[in-house]
Formats: sequence, structure tokens, C-alpha cells
Amino acid sequence: MTDSNLPHLNRRDLLRAGSALIVAFSSSASQAQQRNTPQLKAGKTLKTDEVDGFIALAPDGTATIYCGKVDLGTGLRIAIPQMAAEELGLPVEDITLIEGDTALTPDQGPTAGSSGIMRGGVQIRQAAATAREALIGMAAQQWGKPRAELTVSDGYVIADGTQDRLAFSALLNGKPFALKIDEKAPLKNPADYSLVGKPLPRPDIAAKVTGQHPYMHDVTIDGMLHARVIRPHAVGASIAAIDENTIKALPDVTIVRIKNFLAVVSRNEWTAIRAAKELKVTWSNPAGLVGHDKVKGWMVAAAGDPAQSAGKEVLNQKGDSAKTLTESKQVLSASYYWPLQSHASMGPSCGIADVRADGVTIWSASQATHRLRGICARILERPLDQVRVIYRDGSGCYGTNGHDDVCADAALISKALGKPVRVQWSREDELGWDPKGPPQLLAMRGAVNGEGKLSAWETEMWLPKATASLPNIPMLGPEAAGIAQPQGLSTGLISQNAHPPYAHPHLSVKVNWLKDSPLRPSNIRAPGKIANSFAVESFIDELAASAQRDPLEFRLEGLTDPRGLAVCRKVAELMAWQARPSPAKSGSLGRGFSYVHYKFNETYVAIGMEVEIKRRTGAITVKRIVCAHDCGLIINPDATRQQVEGNILQTLSRTLFEETQFDQAKVTSVDWQSYPLLTFPDVPELVIALLDQPHLPPLGAGEAACAAVPAALANAVYDACGARLRNVPFTPDRLKVALARGYA
Amino acid sequence: MAVYQCSINGQIRPIEAADPDQPLLYALRNDLSLTGAKFGCGLGQCGSCSVLVDGEAIRSCQLSVSQAVGKTITTLEGLGTIDNPHPVQAAFITEQAAQCGYCANGMVINAAALLGRNHKPSLDEVKQALANNLCRCGTHDRILRAVMRASGQVMP
Repeated sequence: MTDSNLPHLNRRDLLRAGSALIVAFSSSASQAQQRNTPQLKAGKTLKTDEVDGFIALAPDGTATIYCGKVDLGTGLRIAIPQMAAEELGLPVEDITLIEGDTALTPDQGPTAGSSGIMRGGVQIRQAAATAREALIGMAAQQWGKPRAELTVSDGYVIADGTQDRLAFSALLNGKPFALKIDEKAPLKNPADYSLVGKPLPRPDIAAKVTGQHPYMHDVTIDGMLHARVIRPHAVGASIAAIDENTIKALPDVTIVRIKNFLAVVSRNEWTAIRAAKELKVTWSNPAGLVGHDKVKGWMVAAAGDPAQSAGKEVLNQKGDSAKTLTESKQVLSASYYWPLQSHASMGPSCGIADVRADGVTIWSASQATHRLRGICARILERPLDQVRVIYRDGSGCYGTNGHDDVCADAALISKALGKPVRVQWSREDELGWDPKGPPQLLAMRGAVNGEGKLSAWETEMWLPKATASLPNIPMLGPEAAGIAQPQGLSTGLISQNAHPPYAHPHLSVKVNWLKDSPLRPSNIRAPGKIANSFAVESFIDELAASAQRDPLEFRLEGLTDPRGLAVCRKVAELMAWQARPSPAKSGSLGRGFSYVHYKFNETYVAIGMEVEIKRRTGAITVKRIVCAHDCGLIINPDATRQQVEGNILQTLSRTLFEETQFDQAKVTSVDWQSYPLLTFPDVPELVIALLDQPHLPPLGAGEAACAAVPAALANAVYDACGARLRNVPFTPDRLKVALARGYA
Repeated sequence: MAVYQCSINGQIRPIEAADPDQPLLYALRNDLSLTGAKFGCGLGQCGSCSVLVDGEAIRSCQLSVSQAVGKTITTLEGLGTIDNPHPVQAAFITEQAAQCGYCANGMVINAAALLGRNHKPSLDEVKQALANNLCRCGTHDRILRAVMRASGQVMP
């Protein structure tokens, strides 16, 4: 299969398969130049504030939506067309969606931070509303009728109470809209929705389960070579010697070396894999890393070292928490730790680059194709308009995994050889070298007053500090190749949700910013909020237990936001929650609760969990997870539900099993034995309630539910056995220690 | 360069390979354009590259082209198509049991192998049968539902 054959899922196929719309993969011409700078239709723009950036109506009445955000397995591929079709007045199956292609789509920013619908979709919805209003205006003029008498349906403007109708295509007559997006263009009344809110099936699933879906990893380009990059035996090490004789017996292998960047290339993929394994390379200067078991101590020490501290910051201050705590009879304090974690994608990252004199084409599964375009332009020293990044689905990335790095690798090798090059990372590459979720350490202090109410709360955090306006994290390949690139850290917004969303008369939230992180960091799903909510929602339970209060009642009496109250009460109802303090009497069965208002201004999530623990082995079995979720207007309830399921199970995996291990040289947890994931026997019963808010804006569903999982689990374990887990992952050994001394 | 005659999806397909130990996975994907089987680890740990070998789910990253000779191999593409899906594939579509879908090949192949030897597995038997197939997106619950549906049962 070559790339020009990619759009082999025709509309009929998909309709037969029960899908409701067309997936289009922008086909590319065989010539590199045409591929690199495709001819845009007259009037088509790439601007985010113009209708023609996002929407093109064809003479046959169908529409193409150009979306700068991409479907990472999350369901945007159906949800965005639903939003656009609803406002435009078109059948959803008449919409073709093009995603992420930098030559065709406006730059809507990375598909990150749960922003696909909330920002990307909302932008396109407004473009569609503007387009619809323009079409109504054209028909009004043509008919000489007032706009109020006209409506749209199925690609036509219709005059109310008559048989008169005009096709959109006839109104446009082949012309573009040539309109700025009108932020005031009225949106359809949700009561009249016929597409939004429907659980339409995703168009990619039939192809995915029959081996027909064109993944990044499946793309081939004429004349393409297979490359493997050889990473050093220690982070940042340099090449001392290469013994080419060790691969002399392998036919057709080229070694590409640019300073300390080393790759082997062959027409045959297996030959390239063997060459990478068999080539003997001697590396010098090992890394001197912290080691995964020493990160906590390192963070505290670094905060006190002027060379490593990036300053202290007060994020939130209310009343006088220090005084209140000093005057309190009983003050609780506890610290919580979230380790470095890998994105741990099932498919190691893969990318293709075709670097030619007349232009550069990159095929990528990046969550940020537009950003990647800039990265490639910089490292190849090409003007931006000479670089095109074409999106293809990859293995789920859940943040910035190796997708960008692998494309930088491919770009360097393709430039060196003047041929198209495909780089496929190995399992060891992905778990070892993908940028990692940063570590987080939190120390809490709090007190409950004589009436059993929260009186004071303090959070102190130790966090790597993201570098302001860093365009992208430093790429591995260019770094080894000695190519200058902006230096700094990228973490996502990791200091949010660091205090309880409940009434707290006296509050203080501080952060000790660190200049560095033990391994190159990047954003990983629900950045920071997952660790902060773990600490906050665990500590709330600790305070409730100290006051012998029911943990749900303790929360609810300090919660006033009606949407927050609604999700909490829904979970309580589904769990038939009976008020009592923790721990339970059973000694092995427990329940836990956690509530998160994501970023304090987005999605509302409450999670309840039922667990069983085995004192002898330290094993935790999660029996049932109940979740209530309010992300505002729901575009596609089934795709939303699937996101919530995925958030819950992936975070259960991260909480129970996952920690990137590394010694002084490099990451040592580089396969699925040393970096274990949740498996089928660990999967609990899931009960999910989606609370729709048709008259409110749509919010994200891609990460919020993650944040409520870890504390619900820790609280359930405490309820089961009185042992408090404050360090992730919750390994059996940790639970056994906690059972012996009360915490771990 | 030796040629290995392999029975794949009902046809004898000659596979050229310089190395008899080359895993079948690379021949399927690069020489035969059968890209349903995915590279996940190359270690036999994740199941993404599974194919049916004489009805049994086998990891094609661990099966060499020379070992594949004389066996009956079915890939995801050979199991069914969008038009005419295998009951397991049809159930995955009905349950919408994929997010990124990268592991879906392994899930469908292993489920088909399970149902080939056990028409009515219990939920626990399905969980055990898929215990060595990894999914990162957290689609497990839907995959279980799909396998139960494919066996004519409803998830308890």
C-alpha cells in the first residue's frame, strides 16, 4: 500500500459498515513538490478566523471540514462533523473531515488539554454557524424575503411554508464564503438538535478491527528506506567508537552518523533492526541521573539549592492558615508522591520524512502537527512554507510521546540520504526515551475545628518548572546531532487543582519550582492535575477520618457549586452510599470517594470505588468503579462514555502499576514486564453516568476523569484496611508496609 | 535469498527472506501489505501482532518465516472484511470497542481463537484468555462486552 492509495475506504464502504460519515485522508500527489504544496482551491485559506479556513462546500452539495485538531482515538472524527453538520444544516454523512494536515488545515493548536471539542470543535461550530447565516442571507436576497422566514435543512435553504428551496451549492455557485467567522452568529437552539447528542458510531472502528485502517505505521512511500536510531547507553553520552565490522555480513546497510546521532538504514526493515542490534558502539560519558528511587529527596534538596531552585511561588492565599494551624488542637500533615511515568503507547512511535531540495513532507501521528512543522523547519533550516506535515493515526499517545521525536529522527536521516525514510522506534526506545510525565511531590497540612469542619489547609508542592514560551521540548535526534534548539522544560499546566474545592476559611498553596526534572519531561494525560487531585482528595479523606466524619458528608457540606454537588450526589446514589466514617469494620472490603472540578473551571467528575484487599499478599482488587461526569453539552454520548472509560482504566493502571525506573545512566523499565500495565483480569465493573447540560458550553472529556481516580482508590484502600497509600504506584509491597505501620 | 511458501488467508504466498529467522510480522506487513498485524513490542509481550496459526493465536513477532511454512495462517484481513466481518469483528463494531485501535488486531485474533475452542466462555474465561493482550487506551470493558456479544452472551 502506498500513500497515494490511502483513501481506500470509500464512502459507500463506510456506510455499509454502519458508519455515518466519510473519513477522508488527504491524498498526496506522487511528485514531492505537489505533495509538499498542494494546490488549494480558490478562496481556501488556512486562517483560523475565516470560514474558508474550515469549511469548503463542493458543487455536489457535500462539505469538507478542515480541522487543525486530530482524532487520537478519541472520537473527534465523528464529534466534529456532528457539530459542523448540526449548525450548517447538512447530513453528517455529507461531511468529509481532514485532520491536522498543515497544508490544508488551520493551526488550531495541539490536540491537548482536552481541548478538541471545547476549543477546536467550538471554533468550527462557529464557522459553520457563520456559513449558515451567510447562506440564508444569500437566499433572502435572491428571493427578496425576510431572513426570519428562512431555515436550513439537508443542504438547502428553505422558505418556511412554501416548496421553495435553494441548494447551498447553487447559492455559492462555486465561490468561497470569503467571510470572517462571526463570533455572534447565532447557534442553533439545543432543543432543535438532530445530530448533536446522538451516539453516532465512529467511522474508523470498522476499518480498525478489519485491518483496513491506514495507521501511520502502515504508510509506505515509493523508494522509502527503513531506519533505526541507535540510542546511547547513557543519557547524553557521546560516541567513542563504532565497529562497522560487526555488521559487515548484513547486506544493504548504511550507517548515518551526525555527531552523536547514529542510525542504520536499509531497504529491508528486518535488516535495519538486526543492524541496530548487532552494530557494536562504544559510548562515553554516562549520564549521572538521579535514579528513580531517589527523586523525592532530590526534589526537596534541589528546592534548597540556589543552583537548582527556580524560585518559590505562592499560588493561593486566603486568611491565615499558619496561625489557624498553630492554634488548632490537632494538625494533620502528610506528603504524597507521583512518580515519573511513560505515555507507554502500545505502538512505538513511527514517522516518515521525505526531505527534498524543493520541499519537505513529514507523515506523523503527532498530536501537534502544526507545532511539528515548525520543529522540522528549524532543524532542517527550511522556511516554514517548504514543510508539510500530514497526519495519520498512530497508537494512542496521551500527550507528547515519541511521535515528534521520531519525525525529527526521520527528517535528519532523510536529509542526510536524500531519500524518504521511515523510522520505527522499538519498545525499548518508546518506554526508555519518550519524554516522561514529571514527578510531583506535595506536602499537606490541615485541621478540622471543633464542629468537625475544615478550618485550615496548606499545600506545598515541589514541581519542575515549565519554561515560558518554549516552542517545543528539545528533540532527541537534533540534540545528539549537535543542532542548536531552544532548551527548557515542558510539563503542561501541573500546578492546578492543588487545593480542595470545598469551603476553607484559611488557605495557602505554595510551590517550590525546580529548574530541572530527572528525565526530559512533557505533558502526559491530565498533566499535574492527576497528582494534585490524588493528594488533595486523599488528604480531605484523612482529615474527615481524623474527625470521624463520613468523607462524603464532609465534602458536601463545604461544596456549593450545584454541578459539583450533582455529580457527587449521583455517585452516592449509584453506590447507595451510607454515611459512616472510614475505615470500615470489615478489614478487607472498602469504598472510596473522590471529586474533582477539573482546573476549577472545566469538567466536573465524581468517582466512587469499591475494593477488596488481601492483607497477606498486599494485593488490591478493584471490584467496581462508579463515575458521574458533567462536561457540559455532550456532542456524542457514546464517544464521551468511551473517553471516560478510558480515563478511568488508564489511570487505574497508572496508579496501581506504573513508575518509570531509571538508574544513574538511563531508563531501565523498557519492556512490559518492567513497566507493567493494567490487564484484563484487573478490570472492574464500570458504572458511568453522563450528566448532559444541553444549554451549557461543551467542555473536555479527554482527561478530567483521570484526576479523580487515584484518590478514590487510595480512600477505598484506607476504608478497607486503615492503611493509607501516599506513594504511587500502589504496589503490594507498599500496601504491606502500610498495613504494618499505617501508611506508605 | 530463500523463498518460503506460506499459506496465508487461504492462499500460498511466497515470502522472500535473507534471514530464516526473520519474524513473519515483517513479511506480512512489508511484503504482503497485510498491515492488520501491528508491531507493538517485538518481545511477545503485548499481542498486537497476533495471527491465527492453525486456529491458535500466535504472536507473529515470535514466529519466523521458516517456522511459518506448512502452517495455516489467518490474519485480521483474512478473518473478515468491512462488508463481511467475522462475528468477533462485527461485535467489536457494534460495541465500538476500539479507541486508537492499535491493539485491536490482537484482541480480535485472540478472541476469535478463544471462541474457536470455547463457544460460550464465562466473563472470567474471556479475561484470562486476553490476560496477555495489552491495551493502553483503557478499552478493556468494551472489548469484554464485544467478546461476550460475539459468543451470543450478554455481559453480566
